[in-house]
Amino acid sequence: MNFVTPEIAWAPLTPILIVLGAAAAAVLIEAFIKTPATRRLVQLTVTIGALAVALGMVVVQWVGLGDSAGTVVMTGKITVDAQSLAWQAMLLVFGILAALLFAARTADGEESFTSLGSVPPGSTEERLARRAGLQVTEVYALLLFAVGGMMLFTCITDLIFLFVALELFSLPLYIMVALARRRRLLSQEAALKYFLLGAFSSAIYLFGAALVYGSTTQIDMESIGIAIDFIPSNDAMLLAGAVMVVVGLMFKIGAVPFHSWVPDVYQGAPTPVTAFMGAATKAAATAALVRVMYLAFYPLEWELSWMFWAVAIASMVVGTVVALVQTDVKRMLAYSAVAHAGFILVAFAGLTPEALTALPFYLLTYGLATIGSFAVISQVRERAEDGGVAAEAVRLGQWAGLGRRSPLLAGAMALFLLSFAGIPLTAGFIGKFEVFSAAVAGGAWPLVLIAVLASAVAAFFYVRLIVLMFFTDVPEGAQDTVAVENDLLTRIVIIVTAAATVLLGIVPSGVLNVLQDAAVFLVSAG
Amino acid sequence: MFPFLTVLIVLPVLGAAVLWALPASARPKARQIALGVTVIEAVLFAVMALQFDTADAGAIQFSETHAWIPQIGASWALGVSGLGLLMIALAVILVPLAMLAGWRDETDPVRQRNYMALVLLSQAFMVGIFAARDVFLFYVLFEAMLVPLYFLIGGFGGAQRRYAAVKFLLYSLVGGLIMLVAVVALYFVGPGGEQAFLIDNLSTLDASATTERLLFLGFFLAFAIKAPMVPVHTWLPTVAEEAPVGTTALLVAVLDKIGTFGMITLCLVMFPDAAQWAAPVIIVFAVISVIYGALLAIGQRNMLRLVAFTSVSHFGVMILGIFVFQATAMEGAALYMFNHGLSTAALFFLVGFLIKRTGSADMSDYGGLQKVVPVFAGAFLIVGMSAAALPGLSPFVSEIMVFIGAYPVAKAAVIVSAISVVLAALYILLTYKKVFTGPPRPELQDTKDLSLREKLVAWPLIVAMLVLGFVPGLAIDYVSAPAADVVAHVELEEANA
Repeated sequence: MNFVTPEIAWAPLTPILIVLGAAAAAVLIEAFIKTPATRRLVQLTVTIGALAVALGMVVVQWVGLGDSAGTVVMTGKITVDAQSLAWQAMLLVFGILAALLFAARTADGEESFTSLGSVPPGSTEERLARRAGLQVTEVYALLLFAVGGMMLFTCITDLIFLFVALELFSLPLYIMVALARRRRLLSQEAALKYFLLGAFSSAIYLFGAALVYGSTTQIDMESIGIAIDFIPSNDAMLLAGAVMVVVGLMFKIGAVPFHSWVPDVYQGAPTPVTAFMGAATKAAATAALVRVMYLAFYPLEWELSWMFWAVAIASMVVGTVVALVQTDVKRMLAYSAVAHAGFILVAFAGLTPEALTALPFYLLTYGLATIGSFAVISQVRERAEDGGVAAEAVRLGQWAGLGRRSPLLAGAMALFLLSFAGIPLTAGFIGKFEVFSAAVAGGAWPLVLIAVLASAVAAFFYVRLIVLMFFTDVPEGAQDTVAVENDLLTRIVIIVTAAATVLLGIVPSGVLNVLQDAAVFLVSAG
Repeated sequence: MFPFLTVLIVLPVLGAAVLWALPASARPKARQIALGVTVIEAVLFAVMALQFDTADAGAIQFSETHAWIPQIGASWALGVSGLGLLMIALAVILVPLAMLAGWRDETDPVRQRNYMALVLLSQAFMVGIFAARDVFLFYVLFEAMLVPLYFLIGGFGGAQRRYAAVKFLLYSLVGGLIMLVAVVALYFVGPGGEQAFLIDNLSTLDASATTERLLFLGFFLAFAIKAPMVPVHTWLPTVAEEAPVGTTALLVAVLDKIGTFGMITLCLVMFPDAAQWAAPVIIVFAVISVIYGALLAIGQRNMLRLVAFTSVSHFGVMILGIFVFQATAMEGAALYMFNHGLSTAALFFLVGFLIKRTGSADMSDYGGLQKVVPVFAGAFLIVGMSAAALPGLSPFVSEIMVFIGAYPVAKAAVIVSAISVVLAALYILLTYKKVFTGPPRPELQDTKDLSLREKLVAWPLIVAMLVLGFVPGLAIDYVSAPAADVVAHVELEEANA
């Protein structure tokens, strides 16, 4: 057997290499800098610096793209094209915002992460670690690995490579989910659940890829797409394989019936991690699903459409209906995320070219609102008996009257909720409009009709929180149980996401223009 | 040319922004600032209206067209025909009056500031919607307007205001989102491109009959909910009962006109065939609204609910006038939209003043007020009779035009609807009798008559109704050409079909 050394054009991978290189450096920093305070500062600087430089490099590549669709980095394996650059830029923005949230502290100097991940919750060791001022600064390295993996995920054109990248960004997420400072048991339970279900779905994905290979004898997406034309479309092995590959990706998007991890993880993970996952994992998984569907499985569009319809409808219905009865803000947003997974899948109807603009735009607007809303959640805390600040106040009732006490914070939250609900003049509306146009262009207007009805129901629970914040009078004495934090880094994130949500709602044409140029894949075999 | 319409939209938004940015020390002046902004707005509008060419009232004037989101075919396109101008006039006149009417409703400066700022925002949306010449822009404003309204209803008013706000929002959202599907589909049915949503480009759609009918229904449902038409009217009485009267007056007098305005300028223009196809059913529902609204009004003891139901009845008349496709009836309906705005707003304001005095909206808590507050009683009688379409007051002209215009093509509908005139006299006079006649109740002896501020609110409206009652031509000049154009457009399509 002959092994040929693959030819790799490294240059287009620069942004990803910067991020992964910084991740490796962050591990070393962890080992060599002893003082926690210095370490945190260095880690934060390295993380944000690397992400920002990578973002700059992505922009440079975008500009350098000119009329070409992109570069093949490794034939059949990795292609950096306009579409993947758009997703990479989005992921980097989410990464920077998340890093700021990771570094946020309460007025008492408390971070969102546990002081020592390896000790059991509530143990003496944990108390000692907290008193010693220990900090888990590994989260920055983990964040960088996750972002790097996700970026790679968006430009891979090979089903096995895709699996490697999937694991590369999933493993750091599993760990980060378990590191909450408060309510650690919940956090560890969520991490275990996420890990087990994630492993399960990875296995399904891998099995599917193997079946597709068995049927087409191809493993890179373009060749699969070509090979399918020569295979009878009722080939059971091919169909089963394609369905399983798609299921593996839908799991990461969090669509029904592969959503059972979503509420637990959203609730249990440290809030900054939830914000990052909610925005970035969904975006990365959607990017990969787009590539798989448009490059490999487009000849099976008709055969797979029942699945997309069923999953989309189930996600929208289950997400909105179950969200109606939630009493925990994070779980409510988790089910809203499930419903949004349904809206995302609506755009896949007909695999229209419009969807290639609509999906990145939708994920961008959704991600900004998600990061913003979880940033707000991280600021609303319970007040401990000794007057200090305790865990986040996530029961809906605790949000009553927030609009009176902190009108700006509550106003920002209301803005994000309106954007989720798709009310015009917020970014969410343009996103929904784009997605619905893509679906109508694909001939799926009944799906769009269901989607708008789901939106109307969904508006009900978003609005319920607004009612609580602004119109509900707080009973005397209840004021003292909730404290509102005022962390600078979190404020920056909230201001940036809120401003972007408004701007993308009123003048979206600049970003839409860019994304329209990004609606191109580089296809090597003409 | 000076971009009047854009400025008329932007000015109140800036006003609201200024109010929210006010330092705490200046907050007690928020009301004055807000009123000042609306006065500037009114002056600006007057300057614009004077430049309007009434000889060519059917044409779109003061046009502005700029690319907004070319990727999805949306433009910032504004312009008004005579009809749009009248509707904007309504918004510009009634907003300052509503502010004056609710001048003392709130005592807390922060809440006062919030109320005024939200009213200003709503004014911007009202003007924008009546001026929009792009379906996408229309839709965006139509839906986004729900946000300030929702806060206005839910944040200020009666005990059940939260319930009322949510009911209002959900009704409007369902209608609006179904309209969204139609808007999306319109892009693919219409010419597409960077100006896909300009109404002017959509007046000759080339769609199959089924598509056109579905699209028509998508738009019509949203407008019927807004208008409000039986059976999707039930949000209105709830809101009227709970919201402060200033809000309700704006809602019924101006915002609900968006429903009928949309029917004329969007439904009939874009889907004339489908409109004709649906007209018989719509007329039936319109007649049901007319009678049912009037009958329910008679049965109300709560005066706010009563006025709300009279509006359901009157909107039925307008919709009847629109969907018979006769020039005179259409003219009457368009005119009625304006006159009903004056009359209902005045009625809501007066009922609101009455409730402020005693705290009760229930008419059985009143009696014999005629002798205690004669001016108030007189004003109430005139305004009430305008709602009952008494000759000499402007609503009469419009109602009679609808009935006369519709009679040749929809005899039965007109005959049945005409009963509402009798019913209207009944509900107004019964209310007047219960509240104002008979022996004065001892606990009401000290009730004060209309104050100067209240007179400032009521008299302009009463004078306007009297003037337009005797010289209706002043307003008809603005609507006759647009109405005739729409009818001609529908007939032309019929001839082509």
